[in-house]
Amino acid sequence: MSSTILFVEGLVKRFSGLVATDDVTLDLRDGLIHALIGPNGAGKSTLINQLCGELAPDAGHITLMGRDITHMAAADRVPLGVGRTFQVPSLLDDFTVRENIGLAVQAHGGGNFRIWDRVAVRRAIWERADALLADSRLKERREAPVADLSHGERKQLELLIALAGEPKILLLDEPMAGLGPVESQEMVAFLLGLRGKVTILLVEHDMDAVFALADVISVLVYGRIILTGTPDEIRDSAEVREAYLGGEEESC
Amino acid sequence: MSRTVSIALGLALVILVLALVPPISQALGERSFPSLVARIMIYAIAVASLNLILGYGGMVSFGHAAFFGIGNYVVGILYYHHAEGVPLWGIIPGTDQLLITLPAAVIVAGIAALAIGAMALRTGGVQFIMITLAFAQMLYFFFVSLQQYGGDDGMIIRKSNQLFGLNLRDKMVMYYVILVIMVLFFAALWRVVNSSFGAVLAGIRQNERRMTALGISTYRYKLYGFVLAGMGAGLAGGLMAVFLRFASPDTLHWTESGELMIMVLMGGVGTFFGPVLGAAAYLFLQTYLSAWTEHWQLVFGLILLVVVLGTRGGLSGLLSRLTRGRS
Repeated sequence: MSSTILFVEGLVKRFSGLVATDDVTLDLRDGLIHALIGPNGAGKSTLINQLCGELAPDAGHITLMGRDITHMAAADRVPLGVGRTFQVPSLLDDFTVRENIGLAVQAHGGGNFRIWDRVAVRRAIWERADALLADSRLKERREAPVADLSHGERKQLELLIALAGEPKILLLDEPMAGLGPVESQEMVAFLLGLRGKVTILLVEHDMDAVFALADVISVLVYGRIILTGTPDEIRDSAEVREAYLGGEEESC
Repeated sequence: MSRTVSIALGLALVILVLALVPPISQALGERSFPSLVARIMIYAIAVASLNLILGYGGMVSFGHAAFFGIGNYVVGILYYHHAEGVPLWGIIPGTDQLLITLPAAVIVAGIAALAIGAMALRTGGVQFIMITLAFAQMLYFFFVSLQQYGGDDGMIIRKSNQLFGLNLRDKMVMYYVILVIMVLFFAALWRVVNSSFGAVLAGIRQNERRMTALGISTYRYKLYGFVLAGMGAGLAGGLMAVFLRFASPDTLHWTESGELMIMVLMGGVGTFFGPVLGAAAYLFLQTYLSAWTEHWQLVFGLILLVVVLGTRGGLSGLLSRLTRGRS
Protein backbone atom coordinates (compact mmCIF):
# COMPACT_ATOMS: atom_id res chain seq x y z
CA MET A 1 0.00 0.00 0.00
CA SER A 2 1.07 3.57 -0.65
CA SER A 3 2.40 5.83 2.06
CA THR A 4 0.31 7.95 4.41
CA ILE A 5 -0.11 11.63 3.47
CA LEU A 6 -2.48 12.80 6.16
CA PHE A 7 -3.00 10.97 9.42
CA VAL A 8 -5.77 11.94 11.79
CA GLU A 9 -5.66 10.35 15.21
CA GLY A 10 -8.24 10.49 17.99
CA LEU A 11 -9.69 13.81 16.86
CA VAL A 12 -12.37 15.25 19.15
CA LYS A 13 -14.42 18.43 18.78
CA ARG A 14 -17.18 19.43 21.18
CA PHE A 15 -19.70 22.22 20.75
CA SER A 16 -21.21 22.96 24.19
CA GLY A 17 -22.08 19.40 25.05
CA LEU A 18 -22.55 18.10 21.52
CA VAL A 19 -19.68 15.91 20.37
CA ALA A 20 -19.38 16.81 16.68
CA THR A 21 -16.18 14.87 16.12
CA ASP A 22 -15.86 11.82 18.33
CA ASP A 23 -12.46 10.16 18.42
CA VAL A 24 -12.00 10.16 14.65
CA THR A 25 -9.02 8.35 13.19
CA LEU A 26 -8.35 8.55 9.45
CA ASP A 27 -5.44 7.38 7.33
CA LEU A 28 -5.32 9.13 3.94
CA ARG A 29 -2.89 7.42 1.58
CA ASP A 30 -0.95 8.84 -1.32
CA GLY A 31 -2.89 9.22 -4.55
CA LEU A 32 -6.11 7.64 -3.31
CA ILE A 33 -9.59 9.10 -3.26
CA HIS A 34 -10.94 8.63 0.23
CA ALA A 35 -14.65 9.35 0.54
CA LEU A 36 -16.30 10.39 3.75
CA ILE A 37 -20.01 9.73 3.80
CA GLY A 38 -22.65 10.06 6.45
CA PRO A 39 -26.11 11.44 7.08
CA ASN A 40 -26.76 15.15 7.58
CA GLY A 41 -25.35 16.42 10.84
CA ALA A 42 -22.82 13.61 11.08
CA GLY A 43 -20.03 16.18 11.44
CA LYS A 44 -18.43 15.93 8.00
CA SER A 45 -17.98 19.65 7.47
CA THR A 46 -16.80 20.06 11.07
CA LEU A 47 -14.13 17.46 10.39
CA ILE A 48 -13.01 19.15 7.14
CA ASN A 49 -12.84 22.51 8.92
CA GLN A 50 -10.52 21.02 11.53
CA LEU A 51 -8.29 19.47 8.88
CA CYS A 52 -7.92 22.79 7.03
CA GLY A 53 -7.46 24.73 10.27
CA GLU A 54 -10.60 26.86 10.47
CA LEU A 55 -11.64 25.04 13.64
CA ALA A 56 -9.33 23.94 16.45
CA PRO A 57 -9.92 20.39 17.74
CA ASP A 58 -10.28 19.76 21.48
CA ALA A 59 -8.16 16.62 21.40
CA GLY A 60 -6.21 14.42 19.01
CA HIS A 61 -3.59 14.97 16.36
CA ILE A 62 -3.42 15.81 12.66
CA THR A 63 -0.19 14.79 10.97
CA LEU A 64 0.68 15.89 7.44
CA MET A 65 3.52 13.86 5.94
CA GLY A 66 5.03 13.27 9.36
CA ARG A 67 4.56 16.82 10.57
CA ASP A 68 2.13 17.68 13.36
CA ILE A 69 -0.17 20.43 12.08
CA THR A 70 -2.91 20.09 14.74
CA HIS A 71 -2.55 23.67 15.99
CA MET A 72 -1.20 25.33 12.87
CA ALA A 73 -3.11 28.35 11.49
CA ALA A 74 -5.24 27.68 8.41
CA ALA A 75 -3.19 29.90 6.10
CA ASP A 76 0.07 28.23 7.15
CA ARG A 77 -1.18 24.75 6.21
CA VAL A 78 -1.78 25.73 2.59
CA PRO A 79 1.90 26.09 1.58
CA LEU A 80 2.52 22.65 3.14
CA GLY A 81 0.03 21.15 0.70
CA VAL A 82 -3.45 21.29 2.24
CA GLY A 83 -5.97 22.49 -0.34
CA ARG A 84 -9.72 22.72 0.04
CA THR A 85 -12.97 23.64 -1.64
CA PHE A 86 -16.01 25.07 0.06
CA GLN A 87 -19.46 23.51 0.09
CA VAL A 88 -20.91 26.92 -0.78
CA PRO A 89 -18.47 28.39 -3.30
CA SER A 90 -16.33 31.10 -1.72
CA LEU A 91 -14.79 33.17 -4.51
CA LEU A 92 -13.60 36.67 -5.33
CA ASP A 93 -16.76 37.99 -6.97
CA ASP A 94 -15.35 41.25 -8.38
CA PHE A 95 -12.56 39.44 -10.22
CA THR A 96 -12.85 37.50 -13.46
CA VAL A 97 -12.44 33.72 -13.65
CA ARG A 98 -8.88 34.18 -14.87
CA GLU A 99 -8.03 36.69 -12.15
CA ASN A 100 -9.35 34.33 -9.48
CA ILE A 101 -7.06 31.57 -10.70
CA GLY A 102 -4.19 34.01 -11.23
CA LEU A 103 -4.39 35.22 -7.64
CA ALA A 104 -4.44 31.61 -6.43
CA VAL A 105 -1.31 30.87 -8.48
CA GLN A 106 0.33 34.04 -7.16
CA ALA A 107 -0.55 33.26 -3.54
CA HIS A 108 1.08 29.86 -3.99
CA GLY A 109 4.13 31.14 -5.87
CA GLY A 110 5.03 33.95 -3.50
CA GLY A 111 6.08 37.57 -3.94
CA ASN A 112 2.80 38.65 -2.39
CA PHE A 113 4.33 41.56 -0.49
CA ARG A 114 5.78 43.21 -3.60
CA ILE A 115 4.38 46.70 -4.00
CA TRP A 116 6.58 47.81 -6.88
CA ASP A 117 5.97 45.16 -9.54
CA ARG A 118 3.08 44.85 -11.99
CA VAL A 119 1.05 41.73 -11.42
CA ALA A 120 -0.42 41.96 -14.93
CA VAL A 121 3.00 41.26 -16.47
CA ARG A 122 4.10 38.40 -14.18
CA ARG A 123 4.01 35.96 -17.06
CA ALA A 124 4.65 32.78 -15.08
CA ILE A 125 1.44 33.41 -13.15
CA TRP A 126 -0.77 33.93 -16.18
CA GLU A 127 0.75 31.05 -18.14
CA ARG A 128 0.02 28.71 -15.26
CA ALA A 129 -3.51 30.13 -14.90
CA ASP A 130 -4.16 29.60 -18.61
CA ALA A 131 -2.78 26.07 -18.40
CA LEU A 132 -5.19 25.26 -15.57
CA LEU A 133 -8.06 26.77 -17.54
CA ALA A 134 -7.14 24.92 -20.73
CA ASP A 135 -8.44 21.61 -19.34
CA SER A 136 -11.71 23.09 -18.21
CA ARG A 137 -14.99 24.14 -19.71
CA LEU A 138 -14.48 27.46 -17.92
CA LYS A 139 -11.98 28.32 -20.66
CA GLU A 140 -14.74 30.09 -22.61
CA ARG A 141 -15.76 32.06 -19.52
CA ARG A 142 -12.26 33.17 -18.52
CA GLU A 143 -12.94 36.90 -18.78
CA ALA A 144 -16.38 36.71 -17.14
CA PRO A 145 -16.75 38.30 -13.71
CA VAL A 146 -17.22 35.55 -11.15
CA ALA A 147 -20.44 37.20 -9.94
CA ASP A 148 -21.98 36.25 -13.32
CA LEU A 149 -21.14 32.54 -13.14
CA SER A 150 -23.72 29.78 -12.69
CA HIS A 151 -23.58 27.60 -9.60
CA GLY A 152 -22.00 24.75 -11.54
CA GLU A 153 -19.34 27.03 -12.96
CA ARG A 154 -18.56 28.34 -9.50
CA LYS A 155 -18.09 24.79 -8.26
CA GLN A 156 -15.65 24.09 -11.10
CA LEU A 157 -13.76 27.29 -10.41
CA GLU A 158 -13.45 26.33 -6.72
CA LEU A 159 -11.70 23.16 -7.78
CA LEU A 160 -9.36 24.89 -10.25
CA ILE A 161 -8.41 27.44 -7.59
CA ALA A 162 -7.62 24.65 -5.14
CA LEU A 163 -5.47 22.92 -7.78
CA ALA A 164 -3.58 26.16 -8.45
CA GLY A 165 -2.01 25.72 -5.00
CA GLU A 166 -0.54 22.34 -6.05
CA PRO A 167 -1.94 20.58 -2.99
CA LYS A 168 -0.70 17.23 -1.69
CA ILE A 169 -4.07 16.62 -0.10
CA LEU A 170 -7.30 18.06 -1.40
CA LEU A 171 -10.28 18.39 0.96
CA LEU A 172 -13.43 18.52 -1.17
CA ASP A 173 -16.58 19.54 0.70
CA GLU A 174 -19.49 18.26 -1.40
CA PRO A 175 -18.23 19.17 -4.88
CA MET A 176 -21.41 17.80 -6.50
CA ALA A 177 -23.87 19.68 -4.26
CA GLY A 178 -26.36 21.61 -6.36
CA LEU A 179 -25.02 20.35 -9.68
CA GLY A 180 -27.26 19.02 -12.45
CA PRO A 181 -26.77 15.45 -13.76
CA VAL A 182 -24.53 16.52 -16.67
CA GLU A 183 -22.40 18.81 -14.52
CA SER A 184 -22.12 16.05 -11.93
CA GLN A 185 -20.82 13.62 -14.52
CA GLU A 186 -18.28 16.18 -15.73
CA MET A 187 -17.11 16.75 -12.18
CA VAL A 188 -16.74 13.00 -11.62
CA ALA A 189 -14.73 12.68 -14.84
CA PHE A 190 -12.53 15.60 -13.79
CA LEU A 191 -11.90 14.13 -10.34
CA LEU A 192 -11.12 10.71 -11.85
CA GLY A 193 -8.42 12.49 -13.84
CA LEU A 194 -6.86 13.59 -10.56
CA ARG A 195 -6.68 10.07 -9.12
CA GLY A 196 -3.08 9.11 -8.49
CA LYS A 197 -1.88 12.72 -8.85
CA VAL A 198 -3.30 14.15 -5.67
CA THR A 199 -4.72 12.61 -2.51
CA ILE A 200 -8.37 13.50 -2.06
CA LEU A 201 -10.69 13.47 0.93
CA LEU A 202 -14.13 13.62 -0.64
CA VAL A 203 -17.16 14.54 1.43
CA GLU A 204 -20.19 13.84 -0.71
CA HIS A 205 -23.89 12.99 -0.57
CA ASP A 206 -24.20 11.81 -4.16
CA MET A 207 -23.71 8.04 -3.73
CA ASP A 208 -23.32 7.38 -7.45
CA ALA A 209 -20.38 9.78 -7.50
CA VAL A 210 -18.91 8.32 -4.32
CA PHE A 211 -19.02 4.75 -5.59
CA ALA A 212 -17.68 5.84 -8.99
CA LEU A 213 -14.73 7.68 -7.46
CA ALA A 214 -13.71 6.32 -4.10
CA ASP A 215 -10.87 3.90 -3.44
CA VAL A 216 -11.68 3.90 0.26
CA ILE A 217 -14.84 4.95 2.06
CA SER A 218 -15.31 5.94 5.69
CA VAL A 219 -18.77 6.23 7.19
CA LEU A 220 -19.32 8.96 9.76
CA VAL A 221 -22.37 8.80 12.01
CA TYR A 222 -22.90 11.20 14.92
CA GLY A 223 -19.25 12.23 14.78
CA ARG A 224 -17.93 8.66 14.92
CA ILE A 225 -16.42 6.65 12.13
CA ILE A 226 -18.38 3.40 12.22
CA LEU A 227 -16.61 1.72 9.33
CA THR A 228 -13.78 2.24 6.85
CA GLY A 229 -13.40 -0.05 3.86
CA THR A 230 -13.50 -0.53 0.11
CA PRO A 231 -16.67 0.46 -1.76
CA ASP A 232 -17.73 -3.20 -1.90
CA GLU A 233 -17.28 -3.68 1.82
CA ILE A 234 -19.32 -0.56 2.53
CA ARG A 235 -22.08 -1.66 0.18
CA ASP A 236 -22.31 -5.03 1.84
CA SER A 237 -22.20 -3.81 5.41
CA ALA A 238 -25.47 -4.26 7.26
CA GLU A 239 -24.35 -1.74 9.86
CA VAL A 240 -23.89 0.99 7.26
CA ARG A 241 -27.24 0.27 5.67
CA GLU A 242 -28.92 0.50 9.02
CA ALA A 243 -27.28 3.74 10.02
CA TYR A 244 -27.01 5.55 6.77
CA LEU A 245 -28.51 3.99 3.71
CA GLY A 246 -31.66 3.29 5.68
CA GLY A 247 -31.84 -0.32 4.56
CA GLU A 248 -33.00 0.70 1.08
CA GLU A 249 -31.66 -1.03 -1.97
CA GLU A 250 -31.52 2.02 -4.26
CA SER A 251 -27.85 2.79 -3.84
CA CYS A 252 -26.66 -0.66 -4.74
CA MET B 1 -4.84 50.34 -26.11
CA SER B 2 -6.70 53.48 -27.19
CA ARG B 3 -8.22 53.59 -23.71
CA THR B 4 -4.75 53.72 -22.14
CA VAL B 5 -3.78 56.51 -24.50
CA SER B 6 -6.89 58.55 -23.76
CA ILE B 7 -6.34 58.12 -20.00
CA ALA B 8 -2.72 59.28 -20.38
CA LEU B 9 -3.83 62.28 -22.45
CA GLY B 10 -6.53 63.11 -19.91
CA LEU B 11 -4.00 62.99 -17.08
CA ALA B 12 -1.54 65.19 -18.95
CA LEU B 13 -4.36 67.67 -19.54
CA VAL B 14 -5.35 67.69 -15.84
CA ILE B 15 -1.74 68.27 -14.77
CA LEU B 16 -1.42 71.06 -17.35
CA VAL B 17 -4.60 72.72 -16.09
CA LEU B 18 -3.36 72.42 -12.49
CA ALA B 19 -0.04 73.97 -13.54
CA LEU B 20 -1.87 76.87 -15.17
CA VAL B 21 -4.08 77.60 -12.17
CA PRO B 22 -1.76 80.15 -10.46
CA PRO B 23 -1.05 82.42 -13.48
CA ILE B 24 -4.68 82.35 -14.64
CA SER B 25 -6.08 83.07 -11.17
CA GLN B 26 -3.65 85.92 -10.82
CA ALA B 27 -4.74 87.35 -14.15
CA LEU B 28 -8.36 87.12 -13.05
CA GLY B 29 -7.57 88.62 -9.65
CA GLU B 30 -8.69 85.45 -7.80
CA ARG B 31 -5.75 85.54 -5.42
CA SER B 32 -7.02 82.95 -2.95
CA PHE B 33 -7.98 80.37 -5.54
CA PRO B 34 -4.53 78.69 -5.91
CA SER B 35 -4.40 78.19 -2.14
CA LEU B 36 -7.73 76.37 -2.30
CA VAL B 37 -6.46 74.13 -5.10
CA ALA B 38 -3.24 73.50 -3.14
CA ARG B 39 -5.27 72.37 -0.14
CA ILE B 40 -7.32 70.12 -2.43
CA MET B 41 -4.12 68.50 -3.73
CA ILE B 42 -2.85 67.89 -0.19
CA TYR B 43 -6.19 66.44 0.90
CA ALA B 44 -6.27 64.29 -2.22
CA ILE B 45 -3.10 62.55 -0.97
CA ALA B 46 -4.62 61.93 2.47
CA VAL B 47 -7.95 60.78 1.01
CA ALA B 48 -6.25 58.47 -1.50
CA SER B 49 -4.24 56.89 1.31
CA LEU B 50 -7.44 56.26 3.28
CA ASN B 51 -9.03 54.89 0.12
CA LEU B 52 -6.18 52.39 -0.19
CA ILE B 53 -7.30 50.61 2.99
CA LEU B 54 -11.00 51.54 2.93
CA GLY B 55 -11.71 51.16 -0.76
CA TYR B 56 -9.13 48.65 -1.95
CA GLY B 57 -8.62 46.76 1.31
CA GLY B 58 -12.08 46.94 2.87
CA MET B 59 -10.78 48.25 6.22
CA VAL B 60 -13.09 51.00 7.46
CA SER B 61 -10.69 53.09 9.53
CA PHE B 62 -12.31 55.94 11.40
CA GLY B 63 -9.01 57.24 12.76
CA HIS B 64 -7.08 58.16 9.67
CA ALA B 65 -6.64 61.76 10.82
CA ALA B 66 -4.24 60.41 13.47
CA PHE B 67 -1.58 59.89 10.81
CA PHE B 68 -2.42 63.14 9.05
CA GLY B 69 -1.99 64.95 12.37
CA ILE B 70 1.21 63.13 13.25
CA GLY B 71 2.73 64.21 9.93
CA ASN B 72 1.56 67.72 10.71
CA TYR B 73 3.22 67.74 14.14
CA VAL B 74 6.46 66.10 12.98
CA VAL B 75 7.10 69.08 10.70
CA GLY B 76 6.01 71.50 13.42
CA ILE B 77 8.09 69.93 16.18
CA LEU B 78 11.20 69.59 14.00
CA TYR B 79 10.90 73.28 13.15
CA TYR B 80 10.36 74.21 16.81
CA HIS B 81 13.58 72.50 17.87
CA HIS B 82 15.43 73.97 14.90
CA ALA B 83 14.30 77.48 15.82
CA GLU B 84 15.01 77.00 19.56
CA GLY B 85 18.34 75.32 18.85
CA VAL B 86 17.52 72.67 21.50
CA PRO B 87 17.48 69.06 20.32
CA LEU B 88 14.34 67.00 20.95
CA TRP B 89 14.94 64.81 24.09
CA GLY B 90 18.46 66.19 23.96
CA ILE B 91 19.42 63.99 21.00
CA ILE B 92 17.28 64.66 17.90
CA PRO B 93 18.24 67.99 16.34
CA GLY B 94 15.48 70.07 14.74
CA THR B 95 15.50 70.88 11.07
CA ASP B 96 13.71 72.99 8.50
CA GLN B 97 14.93 71.08 5.46
CA LEU B 98 11.91 69.85 3.50
CA LEU B 99 13.84 66.82 2.26
CA ILE B 100 14.23 65.73 5.88
CA THR B 101 11.01 66.94 7.47
CA LEU B 102 8.65 65.31 4.96
CA PRO B 103 10.33 61.88 4.97
CA ALA B 104 10.43 62.11 8.79
CA ALA B 105 6.68 62.82 8.79
CA VAL B 106 6.10 59.80 6.55
CA ILE B 107 8.24 57.48 8.68
CA VAL B 108 6.85 58.54 12.06
CA ALA B 109 3.29 58.23 10.75
CA GLY B 110 4.16 54.80 9.40
CA ILE B 111 5.52 53.66 12.77
CA ALA B 112 2.37 54.95 14.49
CA ALA B 113 0.24 53.07 11.92
CA LEU B 114 2.23 49.91 12.62
CA ALA B 115 1.55 50.18 16.35
CA ILE B 116 -2.13 51.13 16.03
CA GLY B 117 -2.82 48.73 13.17
CA ALA B 118 -1.16 45.81 14.97
CA MET B 119 -3.76 46.12 17.71
CA ALA B 120 -6.79 47.37 15.76
CA LEU B 121 -6.54 44.75 12.98
CA ARG B 122 -7.00 41.96 15.50
CA THR B 123 -10.63 43.01 15.39
CA GLY B 124 -12.97 43.59 12.49
CA GLY B 125 -16.20 45.30 11.53
CA VAL B 126 -17.65 47.81 13.98
CA GLN B 127 -14.97 47.04 16.59
CA PHE B 128 -12.27 48.02 14.12
CA ILE B 129 -14.04 51.32 13.40
CA MET B 130 -14.32 52.10 17.11
CA ILE B 131 -10.74 51.11 17.98
CA THR B 132 -9.20 53.22 15.21
CA LEU B 133 -11.40 56.11 16.35
CA ALA B 134 -10.31 55.60 19.97
CA PHE B 135 -6.61 55.61 19.09
CA ALA B 136 -6.98 58.77 17.03
CA GLN B 137 -8.79 60.54 19.87
CA MET B 138 -6.10 59.44 22.33
CA LEU B 139 -3.48 61.01 20.09
CA TYR B 140 -5.60 64.14 19.77
CA PHE B 141 -5.72 64.62 23.54
CA PHE B 142 -2.04 63.74 23.80
CA PHE B 143 -1.05 66.55 21.44
CA VAL B 144 -3.51 68.99 23.04
CA SER B 145 -1.77 68.34 26.36
CA LEU B 146 1.69 69.22 25.00
CA GLN B 147 1.95 72.83 26.24
CA GLN B 148 5.47 73.13 24.87
CA TYR B 149 4.03 72.76 21.37
CA GLY B 150 1.15 75.17 21.83
CA GLY B 151 -1.43 72.89 23.45
CA ASP B 152 -4.83 73.29 21.84
CA ASP B 153 -3.72 76.44 20.02
CA GLY B 154 -1.28 74.50 17.85
CA MET B 155 2.07 75.87 16.84
CA ILE B 156 3.10 78.43 14.26
CA ILE B 157 6.00 77.58 11.98
CA ARG B 158 7.42 81.07 11.70
CA LYS B 159 9.93 80.47 8.95
CA SER B 160 9.13 78.28 5.98
CA ASN B 161 10.95 75.03 5.24
CA GLN B 162 13.98 75.03 2.95
CA LEU B 163 14.20 73.24 -0.38
CA PHE B 164 17.02 73.86 -2.92
CA GLY B 165 17.02 77.60 -2.14
CA LEU B 166 13.41 77.93 -3.28
CA ASN B 167 11.30 80.45 -1.46
CA LEU B 168 8.55 78.26 -0.02
CA ARG B 169 7.06 81.29 1.68
CA ASP B 170 5.90 82.28 -1.78
CA LYS B 171 2.52 80.56 -2.15
CA MET B 172 3.11 80.27 -5.89
CA VAL B 173 6.35 78.31 -5.44
CA MET B 174 4.77 76.19 -2.74
CA TYR B 175 1.86 75.45 -5.07
CA TYR B 176 4.18 73.86 -7.62
CA VAL B 177 6.05 71.91 -4.95
CA ILE B 178 2.73 70.48 -3.79
CA LEU B 179 1.70 69.70 -7.38
CA VAL B 180 4.93 67.78 -8.03
CA ILE B 181 4.64 65.82 -4.77
CA MET B 182 1.01 64.95 -5.48
CA VAL B 183 1.81 63.70 -8.99
CA LEU B 184 4.68 61.58 -7.63
CA PHE B 185 2.45 60.24 -4.86
CA PHE B 186 -0.29 59.16 -7.26
CA ALA B 187 2.25 57.58 -9.60
CA ALA B 188 3.57 55.54 -6.66
CA LEU B 189 0.04 54.66 -5.55
CA TRP B 190 -0.73 53.49 -9.09
CA ARG B 191 2.14 51.04 -8.82
CA VAL B 192 0.97 49.81 -5.42
CA VAL B 193 -2.63 49.09 -6.44
CA ASN B 194 -1.47 47.28 -9.60
CA SER B 195 1.25 45.30 -7.81
CA SER B 196 1.19 41.75 -6.50
CA PHE B 197 0.39 43.15 -3.08
CA GLY B 198 -2.41 45.24 -4.58
CA ALA B 199 -4.01 42.07 -5.97
CA VAL B 200 -3.81 40.37 -2.56
CA LEU B 201 -5.32 43.44 -0.88
CA ALA B 202 -8.22 43.51 -3.35
CA GLY B 203 -8.73 39.80 -2.71
CA ILE B 204 -8.89 40.36 1.05
CA ARG B 205 -11.55 43.03 0.58
CA GLN B 206 -13.70 40.66 -1.46
CA ASN B 207 -13.39 37.50 0.60
CA GLU B 208 -11.05 37.07 3.52
CA ARG B 209 -11.98 33.41 4.02
CA ARG B 210 -11.06 32.64 0.43
CA MET B 211 -7.70 34.37 0.82
CA THR B 212 -6.96 32.31 3.94
CA ALA B 213 -7.77 29.18 1.95
CA LEU B 214 -5.21 30.36 -0.62
CA GLY B 215 -2.59 30.40 2.12
CA ILE B 216 -2.59 34.14 2.74
CA SER B 217 -2.24 35.20 6.39
CA THR B 218 -4.58 38.12 5.92
CA TYR B 219 -3.56 39.93 9.12
CA ARG B 220 -0.02 40.61 7.90
CA TYR B 221 -1.19 41.91 4.55
CA LYS B 222 -3.84 44.13 6.09
CA LEU B 223 -1.24 45.53 8.50
CA TYR B 224 1.11 46.24 5.60
CA GLY B 225 -1.66 48.12 3.79
CA PHE B 226 -2.54 49.99 6.97
CA VAL B 227 1.08 51.14 7.40
CA LEU B 228 1.33 52.27 3.77
CA ALA B 229 -1.90 54.23 4.18
CA GLY B 230 -0.62 55.80 7.39
CA MET B 231 2.54 56.87 5.59
CA GLY B 232 0.49 58.51 2.83
CA ALA B 233 -1.55 60.44 5.39
CA GLY B 234 1.67 61.43 7.17
CA LEU B 235 3.00 62.88 3.90
CA ALA B 236 -0.19 64.90 3.44
CA GLY B 237 -0.13 66.12 7.04
CA GLY B 238 3.52 67.15 6.79
CA LEU B 239 2.86 68.94 3.54
CA MET B 240 -0.09 70.76 5.09
CA ALA B 241 2.13 72.00 7.93
CA VAL B 242 4.71 73.26 5.44
CA PHE B 243 2.02 74.91 3.33
CA LEU B 244 0.04 76.60 6.14
CA ARG B 245 3.17 77.09 8.32
CA PHE B 246 1.02 75.91 11.16
CA ALA B 247 0.60 72.62 13.01
CA SER B 248 -2.73 72.17 14.74
CA PRO B 249 -4.34 69.52 16.96
CA ASP B 250 -7.47 69.99 14.83
CA THR B 251 -5.76 67.85 12.19
CA LEU B 252 -6.06 64.90 14.62
CA HIS B 253 -9.63 65.48 15.70
CA TRP B 254 -12.20 62.81 14.89
CA THR B 255 -14.15 65.25 12.71
CA GLU B 256 -11.08 65.35 10.47
CA SER B 257 -11.22 61.56 10.14
CA GLY B 258 -14.90 61.93 9.28
CA GLU B 259 -14.14 64.53 6.62
CA LEU B 260 -11.55 62.26 5.00
CA MET B 261 -14.13 59.47 4.96
CA ILE B 262 -16.78 61.74 3.42
CA MET B 263 -14.31 62.72 0.70
CA VAL B 264 -13.67 59.04 -0.06
CA LEU B 265 -17.42 58.43 -0.28
CA MET B 266 -18.06 61.47 -2.48
CA GLY B 267 -15.27 60.62 -4.87
CA GLY B 268 -16.09 56.93 -5.10
CA VAL B 269 -14.91 54.15 -2.79
CA GLY B 270 -12.13 52.02 -4.27
CA THR B 271 -11.65 54.14 -7.38
CA PHE B 272 -8.21 55.47 -8.24
CA PHE B 273 -9.00 59.13 -9.00
CA GLY B 274 -12.11 59.30 -6.82
CA PRO B 275 -10.15 60.80 -3.90
CA VAL B 276 -9.08 63.77 -6.05
CA LEU B 277 -12.67 64.41 -7.10
CA GLY B 278 -13.92 63.87 -3.56
CA ALA B 279 -11.38 66.27 -2.03
CA ALA B 280 -12.11 68.86 -4.72
CA ALA B 281 -15.89 68.61 -4.34
CA TYR B 282 -15.71 68.77 -0.55
CA LEU B 283 -13.37 71.74 -0.31
CA PHE B 284 -15.07 73.69 -3.12
CA LEU B 285 -18.47 73.19 -1.51
CA GLN B 286 -17.11 74.03 1.94
CA THR B 287 -15.48 77.21 0.67
CA TYR B 288 -18.33 78.53 -1.45
CA LEU B 289 -21.26 77.31 0.63
CA SER B 290 -19.79 78.71 3.83
CA ALA B 291 -19.33 82.07 2.14
CA TRP B 292 -23.02 81.96 1.30
CA THR B 293 -24.49 80.70 4.56
CA GLU B 294 -23.20 79.75 7.98
CA HIS B 295 -25.48 76.72 7.87
CA TRP B 296 -23.47 75.36 4.97
CA GLN B 297 -23.25 71.90 6.49
CA LEU B 298 -27.01 71.45 6.10
CA VAL B 299 -26.80 72.15 2.38
CA PHE B 300 -23.67 70.06 2.13
CA GLY B 301 -25.39 67.14 3.82
CA LEU B 302 -28.16 67.21 1.25
CA ILE B 303 -25.65 67.30 -1.62
CA LEU B 304 -23.71 64.41 -0.07
CA LEU B 305 -26.95 62.44 0.19
CA VAL B 306 -27.71 63.01 -3.48
CA VAL B 307 -24.18 62.06 -4.56
CA VAL B 308 -23.99 58.90 -2.47
CA LEU B 309 -27.52 57.69 -3.21
CA GLY B 310 -27.80 58.96 -6.75
CA THR B 311 -24.49 58.19 -8.42
CA ARG B 312 -23.60 54.61 -7.48
CA GLY B 313 -19.85 54.83 -7.05
CA GLY B 314 -19.55 58.52 -6.20
CA LEU B 315 -18.38 61.26 -8.55
CA SER B 316 -15.85 58.93 -10.12
CA GLY B 317 -18.55 56.41 -11.00
CA LEU B 318 -20.74 59.19 -12.38
CA LEU B 319 -17.88 60.51 -14.49
CA SER B 320 -16.95 57.15 -15.96
CA ARG B 321 -20.59 56.43 -16.86
CA LEU B 322 -20.91 59.83 -18.52
CA THR B 323 -17.77 59.37 -20.60
CA ARG B 324 -18.66 55.79 -21.51
CA GLY B 325 -22.14 56.90 -22.60
CA ARG B 326 -20.66 59.40 -25.01
CA SER B 327 -18.15 57.17 -26.78
